[in-house]
Amino acid sequence: MATDPRSPAVAVGLQGSRCRSGCAVTAYPAEDTCPRCGGPAEPEVLTGTGTLWTWTVQRYAPKSPPFQAPPGGFEPFALGYVELAEGVRVAAVLDVDIREGLDGIRIGMPVTVTAGHGVPRARPMTPGEEDS
Amino acid sequence: MSTDVLICGAGRTPFGRSQASGRQLAVGAVNAALADAGIEWSRVRAAFGGSDSAGLADTLVAQLGLTGVPFVNVKNGCATGGSALVSAVNAIRSGMADVVLAVGFDKHPRGAFDPRPEDWGLGAEYGSDGLMVTTQFFGMKIQRYMHDHGITPRTLALVAEKAYRNGGLTPEAWRRKPVDVDEILDSGMVSDPLTRYMFCSPGAGAAALVLCSPEAARGLEGEPVTLRSAAVRTRRFGSFEVFSPWIPGGPLTSVSRDASAAAFEEAGIGPGDVDVCQLQDTESGAEVMHMAECGFCEDGEQERLVASGATEIGGTLPVNTDGGCIANGEPIGASGLRQVYEIVQQLRGRAGERQVPGEPRVGFTHVYGAPGVSACTVLSH
Repeated sequence: MATDPRSPAVAVGLQGSRCRSGCAVTAYPAEDTCPRCGGPAEPEVLTGTGTLWTWTVQRYAPKSPPFQAPPGGFEPFALGYVELAEGVRVAAVLDVDIREGLDGIRIGMPVTVTAGHGVPRARPMTPGEEDS
Repeated sequence: MSTDVLICGAGRTPFGRSQASGRQLAVGAVNAALADAGIEWSRVRAAFGGSDSAGLADTLVAQLGLTGVPFVNVKNGCATGGSALVSAVNAIRSGMADVVLAVGFDKHPRGAFDPRPEDWGLGAEYGSDGLMVTTQFFGMKIQRYMHDHGITPRTLALVAEKAYRNGGLTPEAWRRKPVDVDEILDSGMVSDPLTRYMFCSPGAGAAALVLCSPEAARGLEGEPVTLRSAAVRTRRFGSFEVFSPWIPGGPLTSVSRDASAAAFEEAGIGPGDVDVCQLQDTESGAEVMHMAECGFCEDGEQERLVASGATEIGGTLPVNTDGGCIANGEPIGASGLRQVYEIVQQLRGRAGERQVPGEPRVGFTHVYGAPGVSACTVLSH
């Protein structure tokens, strides 16, 4: 499939935060305070795998600005929320080739999610990754 | 016990594209509401109003008349009209004024809204990577809801089909041409599973209400409708909202559930007592989900209710009898008051071709919008 040239060369974990005050809320991106209780939060690197909670497809080019079309122009892309073990659902662009259809996307499928220069990106796990 | 508040005048403009400015539309709606109440502008003792992107409501006094009236600007996203209404109610109940105006208006450019990530506290990458698009949220929320509760795409299409049919019965509506289920399903995906004809479009329009204390209403000729309650809420932790980089795990909370429950509690009645309602239908999925969030059915029941015609004008629970946002478009500041205007017409028995049969006595309105705000009213006659 096509690789978005903006994808990071080296993927890193999501830099989130976790409430220190006992309500255990994990947030992304990192916040200084807990969005539930207002108490202090500390940085935490989130799990890099999860399951797809919901999804859609961006079929038309978003208005620009703020959207910056990739070199080569806009192509429809899938996006969704990935549910992580920490009890947080993170918005991510789905790196799935949708030119031939949407069979590669289903709610509940295992995905890996990584952070880079842009928003988080998720891709379906291979059977080997799921087993490991 | 709190003072009753009566709606003595209601006015609206046609919605859609307009050569007129948003402010000009607002003046038209205000004058229509004043005429409906049978009063002059000089009788109004306080005013509340706003738009999202068509100017400041308090500047309308230049056209309405420089009477010295206190005029408060409201800017509360999709709840702008509802918040203006709540402010008007409180002005009457507090004794500040006995005749109060609430007005909402807007005029938006073509196409989807194009918010800036920094205005929402988000990093620039959410804009540059293409995630600042409202339609994505609507698609993703109903996608999950369909998965959890067995709602089908055909039900989404039936909701839109009803909207266009009711729009055809509403002289002021924007989309008045019937569109059938297959055409809606085939109109092209915008944000899966929602197609083009399942969405409303940003547009232009205005709506206004004249609210009175019972004493002030007694001297007027218009036919009053009682505003039993009006409630505004913002989101609690755990809700799923537009432009969220993350949402908490677990069951979702709903600001629409909170606001509607508050409105019903204040009114002292429940969803089962409602004869006609207006629910925010930014797109078909929103109407489906808001039926449950506002307490009119259980999650998943919509599949059967919509197919059976329950939400049609002649059904057991008519929803969006004027075609809702799908047929009227969405001038953000005006939508909430347009809903109340429609319920006022229905309860007065003056809704013309779209009149709900059997003399409806109790009505309900609900708006929902970013970043997690909802305003609901209960009305009776």
